[in-house]
Amino acid sequence: MSNEVFLRGQDITRRWGGLVAVNQVSVTLERNCIHAVIGTNGAGKSTLINLLSGEIALSGGSVELLGEDVTAWTQPRRARAGLGRSYQRNTIYPSFSVFENCRLAAQATHQKGWSWWQRADRCPVSTEAARDAAHRAGLDKLLDRTAGMISHGQKRQLEIAMCLATGPKVLLLDEPLAGMGAEETERMLAMLDELRPDHGILLVEHDMDAVFRVADQITVMVNGTVIASGDPDFIRNSSEVREAYLGEGH
Amino acid sequence: MDNSKAVFVGAVFVALALFPWLGAGSYGIDLVTKIMIYAILALSLELLVGSTGLVCFGQAAFFGIGAYAAVLLSGEEDAASVLWLLPACVLAAALYALAVGALSLRTKGVYFIMVTLAFAQMAYFVVHDTALGGGTDGIYLYFRPGLGEWLVLDDPVTMYLFSLACLIGVFAFLAVLLRSRFGRALAGIKVNEQRMRGTGFTTYPYKLAAFTISGGLAGLGGFLFAVKDGFVNPELMSWHLSGAALVMIILGGLGHLRGALVGAFAFLLLQELFKTEAIFGDFAKHWHLGLGIVIIAAVAFLPRGLVGLPEQLRKRLAGVGAGERGGSLKNPLGEAKS
Repeated sequence: MSNEVFLRGQDITRRWGGLVAVNQVSVTLERNCIHAVIGTNGAGKSTLINLLSGEIALSGGSVELLGEDVTAWTQPRRARAGLGRSYQRNTIYPSFSVFENCRLAAQATHQKGWSWWQRADRCPVSTEAARDAAHRAGLDKLLDRTAGMISHGQKRQLEIAMCLATGPKVLLLDEPLAGMGAEETERMLAMLDELRPDHGILLVEHDMDAVFRVADQITVMVNGTVIASGDPDFIRNSSEVREAYLGEGH
Repeated sequence: MDNSKAVFVGAVFVALALFPWLGAGSYGIDLVTKIMIYAILALSLELLVGSTGLVCFGQAAFFGIGAYAAVLLSGEEDAASVLWLLPACVLAAALYALAVGALSLRTKGVYFIMVTLAFAQMAYFVVHDTALGGGTDGIYLYFRPGLGEWLVLDDPVTMYLFSLACLIGVFAFLAVLLRSRFGRALAGIKVNEQRMRGTGFTTYPYKLAAFTISGGLAGLGGFLFAVKDGFVNPELMSWHLSGAALVMIILGGLGHLRGALVGAFAFLLLQELFKTEAIFGDFAKHWHLGLGIVIIAAVAFLPRGLVGLPEQLRKRLAGVGAGERGGSLKNPLGEAKS
């Protein structure tokens, strides 16, 4: 049974002068599917996310979001169309409350910049979306806390909550587990499981145990190129992957 | 906390409203009118620098355009009506800001600072070197605008109260604006524009709108200045004034509207103080030096400006009791940056 395709990147290429950072990479994100991208540092995983989300322009290839060709769209437009991304480094607004971080993100879908006399915190659409996103990310009890003061793991959760607040169909998650303890990792993986049915998720992650536990599909990148792509069992048994990345001992 | 800020601002405005009847004298009325007008300029700049994170080094151009428009659009035979002249001046400054912003907002950081400065210098030389602006000597206003018998701005106290009303209006407008969705988006842009774009905000129109509004408000200040003095000259557009406006908001405390208010008062009162020969004698000629030293000291010892002083003192007092504990509380937000 094939699932609905939410995002399709076709032959995505990015050159920086003579260096090819990402070379003809094709990825497909479907509903109910977590697609993990693994690879060594510098393999081009974050660049791939930047290209799919529109943060940097493609040198070649195309991106299709929910059936529409969005290759020429700016990043904000892609985001409003349902493409959410999180960042490898925390990019929360540290001086705002946890709630306001989520609310401001939710406001993106309901901007109304001209209604200057209305209080932002009385905007029913964004406040409700923010509460909902915070709830799904398990941040209910921290809504009033200053975002810069919560723990690292909670900040990573907040990153995801801000992503969810815009109601995206596609989630591009750049190392959401980085720097997390075992318990926090469990919580995050449980959340990914919950998000899976309604979202197409691209997961860039270094934690191999976690990747092999949650991913439905794994793509392995080396030096900007895909060397293998398939289900976890296929990747685990692929001799090419073992040689290039996992190491013989794995 | 929010209440105490509102009480402070309210008290300042009430005090200003009562000032003319508290034996202010014509010197005092004139000085405080001038300060309130500069406070409007500082508030307009605070919208860009403190609220959006755009360091504009050409704010004087908008101020000057408002002032020149007031003089150039006023008739030579009859007094113009404030009802159309004031909006016209605001509009003129806002339009120039729209054009400058449309181009300069394509740059970032130090380039943005330099481009806004360059545009301001262009405006400066247009009024300085063309017949339109009357050259170095400037132009006189033949008749102060007014509104029949209802508003006679030739009377210094009326001018004072009118300036105060404008100041309160600008302050209230910005306070409402900054808590709206528009204002929150600006706050987000200030902290992390990249993230805002990633979330779905096309940030350029927001910044351009802020820039245009800021220019218009500065133009309002310029209008008041021209009406008060009855005279304009190119110095209104000089980079010195742009710099002074930046110093005001930094001195007062960036990121707070009342910082612009406090900063404008502090800056101009200090300037007045160091210029007073009765206190400083011959040294009053070198008032720039005294003012400069105070500003350097203020920036060094008051990282959050004058409005941050109460909290700083409170922490200092708490720190004495708590001893070592204070160390761990230092810079609680620093971690998020790394």
